[in-house]
Amino acid sequence: MLDRLQSQDLAAPWKDGDDVVVGNGSSDNNDKARRFRDAALPHLDDVYTLARYLLHNGADADDAVQECYLRALRHFDTYRGPAIKPWLFAILRNICRGEFGRRSRAALTMDGETEEDEDAVPLWQDAPVSPEMEMLRQWDANTIRRLVTDLPEPFREAIVLREINDLSYREIADVIGAPVGTVMSRLARARSMLRKAWIAEEGEEGLPT
Amino acid sequence: MTCAEAEIVLHALLDGELDAGHAHDVEAHVGNCPRCATQLRAYREMQHAMLAAPLRFTAPTSLRRRIERALPSAPPRVASRRSMLKGFAMGTALSAAIAASLVIGVIRTDQDQRVLGDVFSAHVRSLQADHLTDVQTSDQHTVKPWFNGKVDVAPPVVDLTAQGFTLIGGRLDYIDGRAVASIVYRRRAHMINLFVIPGAASADHGAKLETMQGFNIQRWSAQGLEFFAISDINAEELNEFVEKFEAGFHSTGAT
Repeated sequence: MLDRLQSQDLAAPWKDGDDVVVGNGSSDNNDKARRFRDAALPHLDDVYTLARYLLHNGADADDAVQECYLRALRHFDTYRGPAIKPWLFAILRNICRGEFGRRSRAALTMDGETEEDEDAVPLWQDAPVSPEMEMLRQWDANTIRRLVTDLPEPFREAIVLREINDLSYREIADVIGAPVGTVMSRLARARSMLRKAWIAEEGEEGLPT
Repeated sequence: MTCAEAEIVLHALLDGELDAGHAHDVEAHVGNCPRCATQLRAYREMQHAMLAAPLRFTAPTSLRRRIERALPSAPPRVASRRSMLKGFAMGTALSAAIAASLVIGVIRTDQDQRVLGDVFSAHVRSLQADHLTDVQTSDQHTVKPWFNGKVDVAPPVVDLTAQGFTLIGGRLDYIDGRAVASIVYRRRAHMINLFVIPGAASADHGAKLETMQGFNIQRWSAQGLEFFAISDINAEELNEFVEKFEAGFHSTGAT
């Protein structure tokens, strides 16, 4: 339910709407553009990585990242920190959940049923202890990417922001506009789901992929 | 602490998000609960596997060009760390505090700083969870062979017990996405992690002191290996450690 609210950008103070026109001539704008490049372009791979995990589709990811940078530049005047990477991520996330989310909602289940049972089942019932869980198989990067990509959206974004984009809980909370407690419970759930998929993958081994 | 609580909080432990008191609570529970201990171990393995695998994507060159073209004016140029800092210094609207946090955000993308960040995280992790050593022994001739086949280059292990730095053991850790050896020493109640990373990019250089969130880090390279010694002991003692280690390393060779 929380996510349905956030998908309307309510959580983001930098949400789009009051567009500032960026001209090409003035030295102020040149200076701003240069500062923006220096601050934001080094994070391009990070932003692109998040887009790839949020959108599944390389071409959509390209478009979303480009839109993210243009939107970030428009709002760079009002940007007051804290760190620029979570700020860019929050903008990207709004874009992914907005336009690109609508485009492929059916396929992705961006909102809805996946979250409704988020707190329904105690976590520990997900993962009964058994000896084979004590040693996890070491999967290659492509397999892990696929397992992560198959997670339902709120859990996928939590684990990608933490494990792959290396954000702190506080930063993740800022990006997704939810309390740190929600971040913790989603991460716990995400890792539990991922571990189940990780182990289930062993049964698939040998099948053509 | 109940299992249901531990189930959530052990992730915060894995992610280095707990203060010492809460970390201790979780560890106490895990110590008495085989089921939660199994969970913690499995999640840690999974986390290490994810850290070790190249799961990030690189933006295609075509996308980078598209974005650079779409941004107004100024020919694209490679932003060095120095120029980024200069850019921020010129942002007069930013308060010093905000500028400082910005700088942290940017510096972390720098390869060097990422490695330092990894060293710091690995050290803190090793102190928090019950995973200081994989092989626990004060015998240098046990520690070194243990690393065979686990890391690219077996690290030099120097016994400095006589010099006041007790060899505790060794551990496999992940720095910058690859498995590396950590040799663990103790000075009084303080732990020192010595990370040994093969294939130093630069020529041999002497120890350079960095500090990160209250920890001292000495980094140096010798014989194609990059060394990072990190601890909460003071800078002089850490420097002493480096000198003793180097002296032992060069006199005995890599034992």
